[in-house]
Amino acid sequence: MMAPLNAPLESVSFAIVGTGGAGAITAGSILQEAAGKVGWYGVLVRSVGPQIRGGEAAALVRLSTTPAECMTKDFDILVAIDWKNADRFIGDMPVASGGLVIADPNAGPVPGAITDAGTSVENCELNARAKDIPGGRENMIAVGLVAGLIGLSIESLMQVVTAKLAKKGEAVVEAGRKCIEAGMAQAAGYGQSYPLKPVPESSDKRWLITGNEAVGLGALRGGVRFAAAYPITPATEVLEYLAPALASIGGALVQAEDELSSINMIIGASYGGRASITATSGPGLALMMESLGLAAAAEVPIVVVDVMRCGPSTGIATKSEQSDLNIAVYGFHGDAPHVVVAPLSVADCLFTTQWAVHMAEALQTPVVVLSDQSLGQARVLIERPANVAFIGQRKIWQGQADQSYDRYALTADGVSPMAIPGTTGGQYTADGLTHTVRGTPSSKKSDQKEQMDKRRDKIDQFAFGDHWGAVEGTGNTVILTWGSMTGPAREAVRMLAREGRGVKLVSLRQISPFPVAALGKALAGASRVLVVEQTHSGQFYRHIRAHMDLPPDTRQFNREGPYLIGPDEIATQIRDWSSL
Amino acid sequence: MNARKFKAGDYKSDINPIWCPGCGDFHVLMSITKALAELGRRPEDIAVVSGIGCSSRIPAYTNCYGFHGVHGRSLALAAGLKVSRPDLTVMVMSGDGDGFSIGGNHFLHACRRNVDMTYVVMDNRVYGMTKGQPSPTTESDWDSALSPGGTGLRAFHPLVIALASGANFVAREFSGNIKATTKTLVEAVNHPGFSFVEILSPCVTFRPDEKEWKNTVHTAQVEATDDPARAARRIMTDDGMNTGILYRGRRKPYKAHVSDEVGDIAPLEAAFEI
Ligand SMILES: Cc1ncc(C[n+]2csc(CCOP(=O)(O)OP(=O)(O)O)c2C)c(N)n1
Ligand code: SF4
Ligand SMILES: [Mg+2]
Repeated sequence: MMAPLNAPLESVSFAIVGTGGAGAITAGSILQEAAGKVGWYGVLVRSVGPQIRGGEAAALVRLSTTPAECMTKDFDILVAIDWKNADRFIGDMPVASGGLVIADPNAGPVPGAITDAGTSVENCELNARAKDIPGGRENMIAVGLVAGLIGLSIESLMQVVTAKLAKKGEAVVEAGRKCIEAGMAQAAGYGQSYPLKPVPESSDKRWLITGNEAVGLGALRGGVRFAAAYPITPATEVLEYLAPALASIGGALVQAEDELSSINMIIGASYGGRASITATSGPGLALMMESLGLAAAAEVPIVVVDVMRCGPSTGIATKSEQSDLNIAVYGFHGDAPHVVVAPLSVADCLFTTQWAVHMAEALQTPVVVLSDQSLGQARVLIERPANVAFIGQRKIWQGQADQSYDRYALTADGVSPMAIPGTTGGQYTADGLTHTVRGTPSSKKSDQKEQMDKRRDKIDQFAFGDHWGAVEGTGNTVILTWGSMTGPAREAVRMLAREGRGVKLVSLRQISPFPVAALGKALAGASRVLVVEQTHSGQFYRHIRAHMDLPPDTRQFNREGPYLIGPDEIATQIRDWSSL
Repeated sequence: MNARKFKAGDYKSDINPIWCPGCGDFHVLMSITKALAELGRRPEDIAVVSGIGCSSRIPAYTNCYGFHGVHGRSLALAAGLKVSRPDLTVMVMSGDGDGFSIGGNHFLHACRRNVDMTYVVMDNRVYGMTKGQPSPTTESDWDSALSPGGTGLRAFHPLVIALASGANFVAREFSGNIKATTKTLVEAVNHPGFSFVEILSPCVTFRPDEKEWKNTVHTAQVEATDDPARAARRIMTDDGMNTGILYRGRRKPYKAHVSDEVGDIAPLEAAFEI
């Protein structure tokens, strides 16, 4: 990233590191929020160690003049409050050549792994400077250093700091200001800076939201009234968001004793007529499998969000992977048609979850949303997500006194009107046993076939519309990906475009049922396809191949976690290929 | 609602039970429908939830809303239903395998959570549906193909576990005593919070010895107590055949519930604005 010194940048990345209690993440959050106040975009990712408390922590932040969805490969600025346990995470945040490392000389030597990259190092006695200021804190000095280097105004920072610290008293706010000013003054003395280009003022307020919160809000927009929860990293924030949010609108969240319980709670609530959701990660999804089959067979609408992490088993709970595709699509026992979708960005977690609620309700079927840690725990500055008309709406049986009610009646679209408990004449028993149209248990060949056909057809006939995925750019070379890998792939396409290489991006939001026709159309004329996914075994590639052929000149680029596949790596794949 | 408006038959469906002739569960079904008639709520305002087993077949034999779910998870499903629809009367019907083995953890937490519903376990001390394997309540020396010579394991004590876990109402009945069972079920439903009724219900096919139960059960000679320690001591020292209401607690039922009014999400949206 050899940007000429001091020329305004379109994007700048920085990392603030320190031990758990040093406030690195708070510092990064303050900078990000203040950046939003001046109209910039950006993403913040926390890197926390395996220790529950007191381990290493880092805020990785990228700010930019246009919406940014993923991190860059390396960082322009790294501020180290201290270097304790640095070896464990320093690989997460390489500093670009031409980048700057700022460290407290009293906190020990800068690790060789960083200086080797040919970066500049500046000293700042963060600890001593903070001590000079009554009530001063090192992380606020770090805020000032970064702000000075990127050209973020003290006014925007003080808006954020005042709001955050006001209840601690004016003295604390003042100490914050002094620290930031001290940091800014220090930065002014350095030989380089990384000013981010100002953007025109806009009256729209930016939103600051994580993928997990966006899932929660998407659920609420879609009409969810009930959630059940068993905590698991990295999905817990969905549940922690929903607990007070649901309570505030007359809904409820119940903490369950395990995922076997949480999935059944939402099935029960949905049977009662309330749109319902739960969120979990791979191990929890595995536990829910039997009951997902029940929801498919008994035709109960539910949404299960899987915020994927590195597997199998406990894996690396705090890092991302896309490796639950197989279990989400193929893990159900028996033939159990259902829907699997994946958000394409942090902001899209909102839309995709709302769409999932809409589909679950419309189709009376389980819908699995495959988010992941890289989306769920990233915090982004975005414009307010547009309202969409997807409000979960069930085909409800209204009750006709003179007619007997067939819960699983065969209909043209495969969806049968559902009676909600309390409705006179609608009494039926929802059943996982093969049943007749009335719901009566049956082991007849015709009932098994009719009901299975019906459950297949209702999904096959559904109008998924153009939400199946995203197609961007043109060219005979296609990067084909899904879910969270869309951000890095999109960025790779932009990088390649700047080099004069036209590459098309095709990304799938709809994973199952597989959008064969739409994807076939998007790939028409493609001569080369690079299939990109964050899995060890190429689950996405195999999933595509189960449904359709790809051009002979197709390559796979896939890798397990914990390191996210980045735009540079994807671009390199294309460059290497093109030069053959 | 007029309590005399309904008869037991109004709560029965036209589906013929698959049970073996003489199965105790027929009597339980009778007691349930009689109790519901006495309670006088409309069948459509009652939900009967179950898991898997011979006993768990009951929902479809009633004329209420029913849910025949997966093995062992009925309490969780019912809790979700009741929290989201507090207006319904929720009955959960289970067996000793369904409720105490595969569903054991949910049993503990349902007692703790104290959601206002009634849990009926038809205890035949055997897995009937899978044709005769020992359950958690089976005697340790009961011989079977799967555990020849017996499991050698101590039988589980559901009533004491319910008490220790916080159930708010604990009773034991015998399926053959329809009048007493009906009365206890009515009280269980009317009691706030989580009510647990164990009904000894013979499996005539795999436990023919249980036909003797009609001669060995006897009514508890004491009044129900509201002191769980006292109730537990009584239950642990009786012969396991004592029937009646053994404990009536005063814990407040689980509070959270979904209301019909939907609040405005605008403030939640605004919270993300900076
Ligand atoms: C996950 C799962 N495991 C095993 C079974 C097989 N199964 C069906 S019923 C049953 C035991 C039922 O025993 P109990 O609850 O005592 O009911 P009963 O038939 O005695 O009334 C078992 C093991 C199943 N249906 N699902
Ligand atoms: S097997 Fe036993 S429990 Fe099952 S129906 Fe027959 S008698 Fe009843
Ligand atoms: Mg049994």
